[in-house]
Amino acid sequence: MFESLSERLSGILDKLTRRGALTEEDVNAAMREVRRALLEADVALDVVRSFTDKVRARAVGQEVIRSVTPGQQVIKIVHDTLVDMLGSDARPIDLEAPAPVAIMMVGLQGSGKTTTTAKIGLRLTARSRRKVLLASLDTRRPAAQEQLRVLGVQNEVDTLPIVAGQSPTQIAERAMTAGRLGGYDVVILDTAGRIHIDEQLMLEMAEIKRVAKPHEILLVADALTGQDAVNLAKSFDERVGLTGIVLTRMDGDGRGGAALSMRAVTGKPIKLIGVGEKADALEDFDPARIAGRILGMGDIVALVERAAQEIDVQKAAKAAQRMQKGLFDLDDLAEQLRQMEKMGGMKGMMALLPGMGKMSKELDKVDDRIVKRQIAIISSMTSKERRKPELLNASRKRRVAAGSGTRVEDINRLLKQHRQMADMMKMLGKKKGGMLGGLGSMLGMGGGAPQIDPAELERLAKSGKLPDMPPGFGGGGGLPPMPPGGLGLPPGMGFPGPKGPGGFPTLPGLGKKK
Amino acid sequence: MSDDKAKPGFWKRMFGGSPEPAAQPAPIEPTGAEAAAVSTASPVEPQPAPSPAAPEPAVAADAPKPSWWSKLKSGLARTSSSLTTGITAIFTKRKLDAATLEELEDVLIQADLGLDTAMRITETLRRDRFDKEISDEEVRAVLAAEVEKVLAPHAVPLTIDPTKKPHVVLVVGVNGTGKTTTIGKLSAELTRAGRSVMLCAGDTFRAAAIDQLRIWGGRVGAPVIAREPGADAAGLAFDALKQARDEGRDVLIIDTAGRLQNKAELMAELGKIVRVLKKQDPEAPHSVLLTLDATTGQNALNQVEIFGQVAGVTGLVMTKLDGTARGGILVAIAAKFKLPIHYIGVGEGIDDLEPFDAADFAKAIAGLER
Repeated sequence: MFESLSERLSGILDKLTRRGALTEEDVNAAMREVRRALLEADVALDVVRSFTDKVRARAVGQEVIRSVTPGQQVIKIVHDTLVDMLGSDARPIDLEAPAPVAIMMVGLQGSGKTTTTAKIGLRLTARSRRKVLLASLDTRRPAAQEQLRVLGVQNEVDTLPIVAGQSPTQIAERAMTAGRLGGYDVVILDTAGRIHIDEQLMLEMAEIKRVAKPHEILLVADALTGQDAVNLAKSFDERVGLTGIVLTRMDGDGRGGAALSMRAVTGKPIKLIGVGEKADALEDFDPARIAGRILGMGDIVALVERAAQEIDVQKAAKAAQRMQKGLFDLDDLAEQLRQMEKMGGMKGMMALLPGMGKMSKELDKVDDRIVKRQIAIISSMTSKERRKPELLNASRKRRVAAGSGTRVEDINRLLKQHRQMADMMKMLGKKKGGMLGGLGSMLGMGGGAPQIDPAELERLAKSGKLPDMPPGFGGGGGLPPMPPGGLGLPPGMGFPGPKGPGGFPTLPGLGKKK
Repeated sequence: MSDDKAKPGFWKRMFGGSPEPAAQPAPIEPTGAEAAAVSTASPVEPQPAPSPAAPEPAVAADAPKPSWWSKLKSGLARTSSSLTTGITAIFTKRKLDAATLEELEDVLIQADLGLDTAMRITETLRRDRFDKEISDEEVRAVLAAEVEKVLAPHAVPLTIDPTKKPHVVLVVGVNGTGKTTTIGKLSAELTRAGRSVMLCAGDTFRAAAIDQLRIWGGRVGAPVIAREPGADAAGLAFDALKQARDEGRDVLIIDTAGRLQNKAELMAELGKIVRVLKKQDPEAPHSVLLTLDATTGQNALNQVEIFGQVAGVTGLVMTKLDGTARGGILVAIAAKFKLPIHYIGVGEGIDDLEPFDAADFAKAIAGLER
């Protein structure tokens, strides 16, 4: 999904990044292109307009941060504006209400309500272990109720028995009663498709809402919808008050403009997206990730930029040079730690990396104070000790511990980490021109400045996928493939997670959010 | 139009009412578009009228049955009114300058005409009227004329070749665009025209799609060839064609499962259906209709292209024009693919299928009275 839009946008923005300085005319030209790209992606015109206006307003008159090209900065602004537009947090279906929780599905004909109803039913049953009852209120389309019944049987989700001749409101009442008596956690009401200008059907919908008192009212909408998406979402929202949107057929198109429009216009979160014909082809919608995907530069964009802003390029280049020679003393370690702190600490860094959603809990356990404490330890050493850690005997360690307010064990742990890392540096230093060499030159370029091709970054990140991280963190082997942004982050940082050095055992695919 | 005894034309039909829905009693479902709110109103059960829609299931069907024009117009009304208020706002008495043209272009884009089509139309205006005072009426006229110019050559009715026994019509399209409903309406129209129609329930994938077609078959009195769900659609189509030939049917309409055009394996399956039909009759399918949802945006262009390549689409049906009223993409499609546009769907009722008329469509979009 979003591929074609993403291609267009990154093409346009690429042109910008290649320039040194940007004039207002450059930005305007780019925005005209962006407008065109968005319109061709079926983003509603009003939304496009407000989008380009916002970007222009933010871009003009913004001070350019040192070490970032103006073009990069525009990308950042476009990215941020996209995130604003999509909303920043993923919002799953909310079941926090007394059982049976009613979920009401509404939408146009043929938008995929019945299929989605079954998909949600399956999801809540299989993943959330809820007892779910599905009920079709569609008495208009021939065999619609039968369709839901069959889907229920196929996916082993209960459906309300069909009673011919009942009105939708009667069925809704019966479904809620059955839900209560049958001890169901969730009752999903699949309503008939309706056109949003059909007054009678809109009234009927309001009536169903009154009877069932749904906790969630989800608009099911086709992701292929054109400019009309806005009117559609607006009128349904005005008439029944939506709590969220489910976009179907997201697998059908590289555009996905409807997603942008609907969220922007109604302010209602997109909760789920349908991505295929199979019953389990339903995914959570994570706006921040989607924005990254639309830009085609991944979440790493943010990482690169943040790095570019925070890191002193000169220092990084020097450090890289030393690393290349296989040198790594406690001063270097301290420098790395400081840079990491600047970038928001371990958590901040991690939060920028893609694929870390599931890791958010692990991340919470990370104690960023440890970084501070380690810096304090190193600061309490003499410069001689920092260059030659082996000088540190028992009495020196006691002195350092007292000076930094830590204990001797802490100092030992730090020294062990440093040793492991220094060993690795030596090892890597020998393989010159290898990864580290290349990296060094990249670092030298100035922290993710224009020369770093975002695609390359992404490829790096993907190839390493970060599962390679533990060695990096635990002080084991290869350089983790995160360097471009994390240039400061030393390989084998030995980051003392909750489990001591070499913690973070589960880093692979670590979460992206705090 | 091939049906010789044909329909009396929109205007007569507008007030003439249509006997069919009334004759077709309620048990299956009320057919009047708006009456249907009430459900499968069983004639026995006295509705306690809990919903405001309840009282008028059968009656509504013939009395205020709106004509297709009024439906199309009211359907298009929102487009037209947003379009025309947009235009009026721009043009009441103004000079046609670049900014104004850009605004007009935006307005057209909002009707889903697509960027290129919108630009072409504004270009025409720029060429002819730049810097002149132009009134609201003129703008509408130019707009309608432009739209009509694009559409007119493609407003071609579906012709059924009477020498073919049967004339095979294959109906394809993306999920939820209204294939089965269109088949129901189309078979009603052909049956009315005195042709013997057979239906083939080729959507063996979606739950209850077969039942849905069976119900339509029952309404119009056409036999439905079907197999169990999950059966091979190509094999079924082959058998249906054989049976239709044996019985000497005039028309065989084959339903297919909805599929997204970017799903290669599903499209290959569609290609297979076409190949299998050709084994019996090298000319079959004689017509391949693609249903397009009027709410669809620029993706519709892609749908026409891919379905055209795989299934050899011969004509288009635009559905759901009653509600959201966008259909502007049809202009872009006509310009690009030059395919005949046979019908428009303007409701869920049995005769809510209308021949496509370029002038009416263009005027409705432009908000011109006729």
